[in-house]
Amino acid sequence: MDSSILSSILFATIVAGTPLIIVALGQLIAEKSGVLNLGAEGMMAMGAIAGFAVTLHSGNPWLGVLAGMAAGVAMSFIFAVVVLTLMANQVASGLALSILGVGLSAFIGKPYESDILPTVGAIRIPLLADLPIIGEPLFNQQALVYFSWALFGGIAWFLYRSRPGLILRAVGESPSSAHSIGYHAIKIRYLATLFGGAMAGVGGAFLSVFYTPLWVEGMVSGRGWIAIALVVFATWRPFRVLVGAYLFGGVMVAQLFVQGSGLDINIPSQFLSALPYLATIIVLVIISRDQNTVRLNAPVSLGQPFRPEA
Amino acid sequence: MIRLERRPEASQVMSYASPLIAIVLMLIGGLLLFAFLGKNPLEGFKVFFINPISDLYGVSELFLKATPLMLIAVGLAVGFRANVWNIGAEGQLIVGGIAASAVALHFHESEGAHVLILMVIAGGIGGMLWAAIPAFLKTRFNTNEILVSLMLVYVAQLLVSWLVHGPMMDPDGFNFPQSRMFEDSALLPLLSDENRLNFAFVMAIGALLVGYIFMYRSFAGFQMQVAGYAKDAARYAGFSAKRMIWIGLLSGGGMAGLAGMSEVAGPMGQLTEHVSNNYGFAAIIVAFVARLNPVGIFFASLLMALLYLGGEQAQQYLALPSSISNVFQGMLLMFLLGSDVFINYRIRWKEAMA
Repeated sequence: MDSSILSSILFATIVAGTPLIIVALGQLIAEKSGVLNLGAEGMMAMGAIAGFAVTLHSGNPWLGVLAGMAAGVAMSFIFAVVVLTLMANQVASGLALSILGVGLSAFIGKPYESDILPTVGAIRIPLLADLPIIGEPLFNQQALVYFSWALFGGIAWFLYRSRPGLILRAVGESPSSAHSIGYHAIKIRYLATLFGGAMAGVGGAFLSVFYTPLWVEGMVSGRGWIAIALVVFATWRPFRVLVGAYLFGGVMVAQLFVQGSGLDINIPSQFLSALPYLATIIVLVIISRDQNTVRLNAPVSLGQPFRPEA
Repeated sequence: MIRLERRPEASQVMSYASPLIAIVLMLIGGLLLFAFLGKNPLEGFKVFFINPISDLYGVSELFLKATPLMLIAVGLAVGFRANVWNIGAEGQLIVGGIAASAVALHFHESEGAHVLILMVIAGGIGGMLWAAIPAFLKTRFNTNEILVSLMLVYVAQLLVSWLVHGPMMDPDGFNFPQSRMFEDSALLPLLSDENRLNFAFVMAIGALLVGYIFMYRSFAGFQMQVAGYAKDAARYAGFSAKRMIWIGLLSGGGMAGLAGMSEVAGPMGQLTEHVSNNYGFAAIIVAFVARLNPVGIFFASLLMALLYLGGEQAQQYLALPSSISNVFQGMLLMFLLGSDVFINYRIRWKEAMA
């Protein structure tokens, strides 16, 4: 495989992995506080349509990203009320959020189905982008790609090197203990959930404003679910989320691998499209085989409602 | 200050009232939605909820649409009772439809009742096979069945897409992504000459009865109920968790596969990429709204079918996208989950602490 094809594949892999990183890191924060939000797919869909519509009307993709973020926050707020205040089952509520989000976005997005956004130019970092093979993929990317790296750094620092991060993790491990020493567990869970929603919204907006600048019903196609699986696969560690996201990104652009390898085999496009979903199943099997892996790494209170006794 | 206070024991009244409250809230939400969209809320209500059932044909369409929902929801309910979360019913429906179609196409020169019988069996087995994957992975590798069954939905959609674009495409179909139309021997018999209601409705009622007997009158059903309420108690009593996972997933899968068969052998008469209209997910909502109870499932399926038909009416008469059905469905589930809180908690006014 010659170097320019390798470079293209790396480039595409990084782009494909970026929404997964953003959404999964947001999910990670929410899950670290003990909240399992299965509504990521719905939040991404709402972020995508909000981002697309606002960008189309305002001409400004960054307003679109903000709109996507706001949509994600709004959706996750609904979820947070139902799950944290009304103490409903988190799994069912997350599913409800996904169904609602995907349906609502399809409804809102109907008039936009034939619209196309102008492509946003990549931000090229001089000198570094001229490096062979890795120059283009790493240093000539969309702004949100760089954002995803900064997000990773910020979250890794936040979780493991800052006091608020420690409090967040404490809430996730034992909300009653954190609560008894004065930290308002419910409020912290709200904030973590809203952050997860914000990131899901940004991830969705990335898809519709930068990745494929159009709107199609169902364009999120399971990435929200894959992001959730990614957090499990990464055993709730930020760096592993990054690595896993790029692995999945690579699987998503498998088409390019096939073409680049020069093999002349006719693989149906549906099979290649199915690879990310099959890969998700495989990684879940791998990580879940040992019961203890998940149990040791998952936040202890994940998915359990917490009721501060008044 | 409004506070939620735990009730000494779960309120029976609220557990029946909560779905009704959720429906009312959904209706209010719908009226607000219509108003927000610049449509007259009352007219919207009439078009969406009244129009579809305003004549006998409409009522038959209601039952027709509710049929796959009843089938799937009762299968899912068996599993949900034991906390086995089959979210992939949509995919199992598709694979059941594929299997039944394969039989129909294989026998497309044949006449006789055996074709339909084989299609029913094939549909059920197809759905069960697809559900067996998450069941196997959960029992053997402890893998979360929600994510696996969900991923398989996407895989099933791609599978049917490949099939109707390729191996199962109608050779005389001008390259449209669809299979050959089924012969009469492969179509479910109609129940009347005036409408499209077919034998699948009878199957659905049968499934509800079987489901009722299983859930409330069989030992296995009892075991699953205990496992759902108190996992450790069930384990202590020696109930096999693995067997319940298999039963829970295969029942949903088989029913979904049957529903898939009823779609391709019913109004559609062929295999296309649109075997399902999100029935697999709508059935989850039906199961919840019905409190996992077959009688409730009957009524909740009719309600959900009304939401589907209402969406179609809204598209025709209010110029709204038919996906408004999905919005209503999502709202219904959300409101239900929210109002369920009142089963275990009640509102109390409390003085703020001095």
